[in-house]
This record gives sequence, C-alpha cells and structure tokens, in this order.
Amino acid sequence: MTRRALRAQARADARVARGWSVVGIVGELLVTAGLLLMLFVAWQLWWTDVEAGRTVDHEVTTLRHSFDVGQAPDPKAPDGLIEGETFALLHIPRLGADWVYPIKQGTDLSILSGGLGHYVETAPPGEVGNFAVAGHRTTWGRPFHDIETMVEGDRIVVETGATWEVYAVTSHEIVSPYAVEVIAPVPDQPGEAPTKAMLTLTTCHPKFSAEQRYIVHAELLETRTREEGLPASVLAPPSAAFATTGAL
Amino acid sequence: MYAALWRALPGPRWLKVLEALVLLAGVVAFCFLWLFPRIEPLMPFSQTTVDTGTSTSQSPSQSPSQSPSPSPSGSPS
Repeated sequence: MTRRALRAQARADARVARGWSVVGIVGELLVTAGLLLMLFVAWQLWWTDVEAGRTVDHEVTTLRHSFDVGQAPDPKAPDGLIEGETFALLHIPRLGADWVYPIKQGTDLSILSGGLGHYVETAPPGEVGNFAVAGHRTTWGRPFHDIETMVEGDRIVVETGATWEVYAVTSHEIVSPYAVEVIAPVPDQPGEAPTKAMLTLTTCHPKFSAEQRYIVHAELLETRTREEGLPASVLAPPSAAFATTGAL
Repeated sequence: MYAALWRALPGPRWLKVLEALVLLAGVVAFCFLWLFPRIEPLMPFSQTTVDTGTSTSQSPSQSPSQSPSPSPSGSPS
C-alpha cells in the first residue's frame, strides 16, 4: 500500500471508532437513566417507609410522654396549633390492634412524611364541624394502606391530652382530588352550618395513583375524659377482622 | 464513560474497586437524601389530600359561597 492509502485507511478507522464511542456513551447514559429510575422506585417504596417508621415511633413515644405529664398541646385552644405540631394520636382498630399514628397540624408533604396531617382550616377533634385528616396510602409508612377494609360502624378513636374522642364510620366515597367539599364542616354540603361532630379521612386512590381520593366519614359517638378512661374493648379489632383472617 | 472513569481512578485494582464503591454509595446517598425528596412532589404516588389545586382548575361542583372555606391553602395537592 502507498503511504497515502495508509493515511486514508487510518482516517476511516478513526471515524468508525468515534462513531462507536458515541453509541457507547449514549448506551451508557440510557443504562444510567434506567438505574436511576429503579433507584427512585426503591426510595419511594422502601426508604420512605424506613424514614417514616422512625419518625412515627419517635412522635408517638414523645406525645405519650406529653400526655402523661399533662403538657400535650390542646387542639381546642383558641390561639390554635403551630404548623407541624403533633397534638393527637389516631387509633383505628380495624387496621390493627396496635395501629396508632400521630396527627400533626397541616397537610404539607413534609408533615405527612412522619404521620397524619390535620387540615388546618377544619374543626378540632370532638367539636361540631369536620375534623379532617390526610394520610399516605402507599408510601411514607402507608398508614391508610388498608383503608378500603373499613366498614360502617367501625370505631375511629382520637386520643388527645384531655380526651378520647370515639367516632363511628358512617360512609366512604371516592372523589376527584379537587372535591374539597368532602372536608366541609358538613361533608359534601359546603356552606351549610354544622350541627354534628364529624371526622373525615382522605388518602389517594387507586393505590399509587393521583387520579382520585378515597374518603371515609365518621360521626362522633362519645367523648371520654382521660380520667374516665377508655374501655379496652373499644380499641380491640372488630370481630369481622378475625373472620376474614380466619383467626377465630 | 464508565471505562474512562475506571481508568481515571488511581491505584491498584483493589483500590479502584473500593473507590468505585465509595463513589456509588455517594451517588445513592445524594439521590435518597437530596434529589428524590425534591422530585417527589411532582410525582403522583404520594398525593393524599383534597384541595382546589391551582385557582384556575377548581372543580365545577364547588359552591362559590362556602363561608368557612375548607380549602387547605398552601398544601401541595
């Protein structure tokens, strides 16, 4: 081969090599993107539960201590609660005998990452109006994962520094994310003046989707002071739960 | 890209492996602790509240005359 032919051959080889290295880099970028997406799923489905579990355990312990020493925040105080403050514990026996989550003031994502959130403009627990609470269904500890198993009559208990507020489920509905009327003082009748003390839970629906919201409404049955105490039977899981799990 | 990174790591092979693992752990920590929490509000998996969304996209079923407005202003959907 002549020297000129050799040089031409070398240039052609370099072009081919450059072409392959571009393909290689694009391929590696795509692989990297795929790995990052898998990592995001792992974070969302696993790590958020780990973080939330820690926060919830800590908040429940701390608030129980505040209850014991009588220094828990009063949700009925006229000057209100501070955003993010933990002020009550929610018990839902249907979701488990030891199912307990802290309720904080506000519904920002950062607040809901460590418990349940009270819609700030709704009524305090036990009062006439609608005590509305939001919680996660699939991430961040997924407190409301099994909310669809709740049926009419199921007890929902709100424990505050002064009282036990015992509610009973009256209905559930699946609504659009914009259906703010479900947390109106009279649920689904915005503008009406309330005469009953209601409680409303909101979470996402279907699972892993932002398409709709799953809503549970409950009505206050009784308020018991801390001194009166709460019969243990109220916090026992309903018998239907045993029937479905076959434990009885 | 990864081949170039491997060549750029200094030291013998066992040290390169160690360095690569440390880099990987750093990337995972950055994603878990900084990046992903900032992406999450844009994703649909964790949206649990009802609200009016942006002021332009209010539900038509909503009464304009709710006295004690139940809309939790400032909450991210």
